[in-house]
Amino acid sequence: MSGTEVSLALSVFLACAVEAVEAFTIVLAVGSTRRWSSALAGVGAAALALAVLIGALGPAITSLPIGVLRVVVGGLLLTFGLQWLRKAIMRAAGTKAKHDEEAIFREEAAEAAAAPASDESFDGYAFAISFKAVLLEGLEVAFIVLTFGANQHDVGLAAVAAGAAVLVVLAAGLALRAPLARVPENGMKFAVGVLLTSFGIFWGAEGAGASWPGGEASLGPLVAVVLLAALAMVAELRSRPRAPRAAAEASA
Amino acid sequence: MIRRVALAVWDFVVGDDWRLALAAVAAIGLTAIVCALGLNVWWLAPVIALAALRWTLRPGSAGSHS
Repeated sequence: MSGTEVSLALSVFLACAVEAVEAFTIVLAVGSTRRWSSALAGVGAAALALAVLIGALGPAITSLPIGVLRVVVGGLLLTFGLQWLRKAIMRAAGTKAKHDEEAIFREEAAEAAAAPASDESFDGYAFAISFKAVLLEGLEVAFIVLTFGANQHDVGLAAVAAGAAVLVVLAAGLALRAPLARVPENGMKFAVGVLLTSFGIFWGAEGAGASWPGGEASLGPLVAVVLLAALAMVAELRSRPRAPRAAAEASA
Repeated sequence: MIRRVALAVWDFVVGDDWRLALAAVAAIGLTAIVCALGLNVWWLAPVIALAALRWTLRPGSAGSHS
């Protein structure tokens, strides 16, 4: 595998694992509080909806001319990457509350317990919440898999990386039967933000007509530059005097 | 229904901070314009993207609901 392929697989794996952990927490909370059969039916329906979406969008994306594809995909990946990276920088600096799977699990479970009970064999609440969680978390991953795969002409590799991430998260979740709170989710999000931003810049600029010195070999140094810039921003944010509101949020 | 779908698409694509989406468009758009003029400005997109990221992190920065 080339360096670009390794970066692609790593980006997709990390992004997919993070989203899978978040979806798993919600499904676990709803399933254990309400009814497992309905929660799992919601998961299945969302997976089916995602498969239909990928089946419909996949050929359309891969049939675009490579220049157009790189501009569109680069722009979208850069947008996603910058959003992920901004939040990750703020979490790392302590100006935004970190993602806490145990707290989210408790909150979701409390809401599920408070919702009206269902006497029938099908629990609409459990189905709807599970469906929404898997669909929303899966949508971004499906997009990343399609765009990364199409740009590198290797949708198969991206799909394998995504599938592996889901399997790893599922195996860990089933073994523990608890929220995966020990997964270094915030660090993974930081890495995904750096990688998505770097790929977005690389493909977007290339599609716009720029020629990178050394071609694909410049992707490594670009990732390093984005990482160092992000770490510098974390250090700068940490050194600032904390506003009362930010401090309250960070400690929440 | 159309409005809800449009809002969902906007939320999915633009995300929490519209300024970063605008920065992504500016980074690639300006690179395309300058490259069309014959200059190979491969460095422009990373400079704009990272500058915009830094700008959105400044104290009292508005534009996000995250």
